[in-house]
Amino acid sequence: MVDLIDVPAPVDGPAPTRTAALRSAAAYLLYRLDLVLCVLWLVMVAGWAVLPGVFSRQDPLTGVAAERLRPPSAHHPLGTDQLGRDLYARVVHGAALSLQAALIAVGVALVLGSAVGLAAGSLGHRAGELIMRIVDVLLAIPALLTALALITALGFGTVQVAVAVGVATAATFARVMRAEVLRIRAAPYIGAARCAGARGWWIAVRHVIPNTAGPVLVLAALEFGTAILFISTLSFLGLGAAPPAPEWGSLVSAGRNYLNTAWWLTTLPSITVAVTVLAANRIARQLEHRRG
Amino acid sequence: MADLLSVRRLRVSYRSGRQTVPAVAGVDLTVRRGEVVAVVGESGSGKSTIAHAIIGLLRDNARIEAGEILFAGTDLLTRTDRQLGEVRGRGIGFIPQDPAVSLNPVLPVGIQVAEVLLIHRQARDRRDALAQAVDLLARAGLPDPQRCAHQYPHQLSGGMCQRVLIAIALAGRPQLLIADEPTSALDVTVQRQILDHLEALAREDGTAVLLITHDLAVAADRAQQIVVLSQGRLVEQGPTEALLADPTHPYTQRLVADAPRLTDSRLEAGAPPPPTGPPRQPVLTVRGLTKVYRGDTPAVDGIDLSIARGETLALVGESGSGKSTTARLLVGLDRPTAGSILVDGVDVSALNRAGRRALHRRVQIVDQNPYAAMDPRFTVRQIVEEPLRAFRVADRPARQARIAELLDQVALPASLARRRPAELSGGQRQRVAIARALALHPQLLICDEPVSALDVTVQAQILRLLARLRAELGLSMLFITHDLAVVRRIADRVAVMRAGRLVETGHADDVLTRPDHPYTRQLLEAVPGADRAVLAAPRPSSPLPGE
Amino acid sequence: MPRYLIRRTLRAVFVLWAAFTVSFAMLYLLPGDPIAVMVGGSAGAYTPEQIDELRSQYGLDRSVPMQYVTQLWQALHGDFGTSIQTGAPVRGMLSHALPQTALLALTAFILAVVGGLGVALAATSSRHPALRQVLLSLPGVGTSLPTFWIGLLLVDLVSFRWRLLPALGNDGWQSLVLPAVTLALPSGSVLAQVFAKSMRGTLREPYVNTARAKGASRARVHLRHAARNAALPTVTLSGIIVGNLFAGAVVVETVFSREGIGRITADAVLSQDIPVVQGAVVLSAVVFVLVNLAVDAAYPILDPRITSGRATFRRKADVQWSI
Repeated sequence: MVDLIDVPAPVDGPAPTRTAALRSAAAYLLYRLDLVLCVLWLVMVAGWAVLPGVFSRQDPLTGVAAERLRPPSAHHPLGTDQLGRDLYARVVHGAALSLQAALIAVGVALVLGSAVGLAAGSLGHRAGELIMRIVDVLLAIPALLTALALITALGFGTVQVAVAVGVATAATFARVMRAEVLRIRAAPYIGAARCAGARGWWIAVRHVIPNTAGPVLVLAALEFGTAILFISTLSFLGLGAAPPAPEWGSLVSAGRNYLNTAWWLTTLPSITVAVTVLAANRIARQLEHRRG
Repeated sequence: MADLLSVRRLRVSYRSGRQTVPAVAGVDLTVRRGEVVAVVGESGSGKSTIAHAIIGLLRDNARIEAGEILFAGTDLLTRTDRQLGEVRGRGIGFIPQDPAVSLNPVLPVGIQVAEVLLIHRQARDRRDALAQAVDLLARAGLPDPQRCAHQYPHQLSGGMCQRVLIAIALAGRPQLLIADEPTSALDVTVQRQILDHLEALAREDGTAVLLITHDLAVAADRAQQIVVLSQGRLVEQGPTEALLADPTHPYTQRLVADAPRLTDSRLEAGAPPPPTGPPRQPVLTVRGLTKVYRGDTPAVDGIDLSIARGETLALVGESGSGKSTTARLLVGLDRPTAGSILVDGVDVSALNRAGRRALHRRVQIVDQNPYAAMDPRFTVRQIVEEPLRAFRVADRPARQARIAELLDQVALPASLARRRPAELSGGQRQRVAIARALALHPQLLICDEPVSALDVTVQAQILRLLARLRAELGLSMLFITHDLAVVRRIADRVAVMRAGRLVETGHADDVLTRPDHPYTRQLLEAVPGADRAVLAAPRPSSPLPGE
Repeated sequence: MPRYLIRRTLRAVFVLWAAFTVSFAMLYLLPGDPIAVMVGGSAGAYTPEQIDELRSQYGLDRSVPMQYVTQLWQALHGDFGTSIQTGAPVRGMLSHALPQTALLALTAFILAVVGGLGVALAATSSRHPALRQVLLSLPGVGTSLPTFWIGLLLVDLVSFRWRLLPALGNDGWQSLVLPAVTLALPSGSVLAQVFAKSMRGTLREPYVNTARAKGASRARVHLRHAARNAALPTVTLSGIIVGNLFAGAVVVETVFSREGIGRITADAVLSQDIPVVQGAVVLSAVVFVLVNLAVDAAYPILDPRITSGRATFRRKADVQWSI
């Protein structure tokens, strides 16, 4: 692509005025309306998690027996469950558990996976290959089964589920991290830095690690959606939060017995999960796209 | 001769994000039957866009804003996709830029040639098409076409792939052939053979050729008409001889003046030429340098060379000759399998890690691709500062002063110091790379193809800069290149490298005018424009530090 | 057999051994006392003598290396011990349930491949920007929907409301349709995403331009030149896809109350039945390894560039070169 090598340098133009900048920002937001909606949704869900009382004044744990299994209405936007509890309140209060678990899972995967990947990329060729063979084994067992095995050993509960999902998805981070480290170590600018007399630790801290951060963080954003999906699935299987506590997956699981009579009990919490995952993935893809 | 192709007021723009960037802004050009027309321009001039617009291969984000493309009397822009399919391959043949990636990797090449015949129903059946394909491959100059037809692209060399693509382009017996930089990805010797062959075939069939190239010398060698483009506009056009002898537009004049050629004189930048007489003490002495990668054939196979203080040695070779490996060995980025490298009498290969690091105060490298050689997250200031920080040269204010001085030396405005590499042009990036290399006051600068990725005018500027710095700072230089015409401008002595060995070493004037080795002769003959009186004529001497 | 396949086979054996080791570490070393986990909430039901008996029955009174060696030796003979819940041999339980799950996974695999590749091909070949946009966004939605919900939704609509297909059980092809569709959806979406991305990249390759310049029709360019090249990275996903189908069966068989490996696994996890969970984990690794071996064997036929181990050797050599 001879045509692309010598791109004319951007010239120093006059700084854009404030109103022009604002108008341009507004146009961009309109152009990316779907993205804006995704961000707003996640902000709202985060709000549910931090300040559930602001979003729903009803009690998620005690129900009104007279209002059992009511369909969605003005008073109960998402209907009520078999004990007469407001489903909207339960979804709002469940956000804390679900998000917390997803954050723990991504955190565990990020720290564990990146550390292993960094080690595999920084050590010699043989040691790196050996580490990656072991990581490959984790990839040979489907993540859901790894998580199930870990939960069998660790016991049930939201935190156990979160840690299990984190460990089960760490292998992906290790692979990406190692690939990035190897790519950057092979980049000509590392050779140039060595020629400039830079020492190993300087190259690692100033060149390698900052340049790996982008792809790994994009992966973290992507894994956040996956983690939500995993955790709700494991909760659905009855391995997560203990019954009275609301969690999105367990809400669906509990509503399963009333599938025939109260569709909202399974459908509406599921849609909440789906939209949250969709929003997280959309934002992750945008980050990925911006990195090119 | 009737007009075969006539492009009128063509305007094409690319959409990127919400911006629209014009690529071709109202170009007219005409190709008559049987004529070779060259479209010459630097990168970003829109020459490839025109080629792609004619054959309907523009990318999705391109839009033809206005104009018409008349081929044999009908406007191609008003045709449907299906109708265009009739024209492509049969009316117009196309030879793409990069042969290695322009053939389908999972199909044997014979089938890819036969496909043209099947699409345009010029063969009775598959068997007939394949038989004809073998003939076409033979005609395109492929050795052993019967066997090659069953091979996959990855089993063929770049030159052979380009011959397959020529066979594909000519299979439908088109009236017009569009060749988009057909040889820029190939070595000069191969380039010469391919262009010769293409020219002969086109003449035989009476096919007109639209040759897109960045290389004025290639255009001068091959075309009857030259069209010069710059930034999407037609700058000048006319018959080759007239246009080269007497360019009227300043841009064309600059292009003609900056094109490197074998008859150029050495760039002196006001300094006296290095005294030729008693041998001076060498800065670098290399003895029996060898590098073998993992049981392969050696990449560098026992070379000897030396560079005297203030001298520039050009190391010339085609791709795969081992010249870049040599550069890596010399700066200590790789360790030699055998042989010695003496810098100022100290054997580099015997040094420990700290010693090799200290070596970089005396030997620095400028890479072929400056963009890849800079951390994308660093600013220009940080890039130039890195060697100063690594060796703890001076304190902070003194370092800033030194950075300013270095940027000034490479003629970059201080305002660029806050930019990142992505925000610089190719020429600016190479200047930053040179500034970084000079930061530690090295004695020896190793330049690995420092200008081969640049347009000729920028190339000429960087060469002038290097010549000036060499004179001002008394640098010794190892200048690695594949381009003999560039060698002429910068080198005192030349070493010609082939398959890991040096085949000839000598004074630049001697090697370039009276080569001893047949390979050197072959290289010299392959340089485009070498045998043309117009380009070979001595040109008016221009004042040098005209950057 | 070329060297390439020998090396792949050795690697497959290594992966199986390592998968066993990892599952042993997770299930027997991670909890302090596996017996306490297995006995679980019903600890009161067992006398200390009974617990000791169980411990010796599972070989857990021996040292860890001894346990590992004994288990590995038994596993090599296909013996994964007995279920703590039912007392039945794990091998028998799994092999009895395998055909049902294999049938489900195979049907889902076919649906996922046909549907996923079909949607991606339709999207990338569509001339209408709006339709293309809609088709391209479908896989992203597909990967975001929880499988359990898709299952429940299908049961609710197709079985309960429209009464078209049975909701539960293992009887006949009718009962296979809904679970297979549910199971296929996420995998098909992943396939569609990968293939569409690969296809878009391939359509920008210079050799596609060469084909178009020959005068090839749009269909010929897309199917003969682009699709085959674009499918190559998709093929390497087969192992992951089949593994995911296997894991997805845990959810789907639970939702549809089907008998199968997934259901057994879900029940085993709920009752912390360690031998059964380990058997399922190792079985999934076997499936993954076998599928990948098949892909490795088929790949040189699909991609002529990989004819022997030399291709991989050359790739490694490149890394050496550029560091």
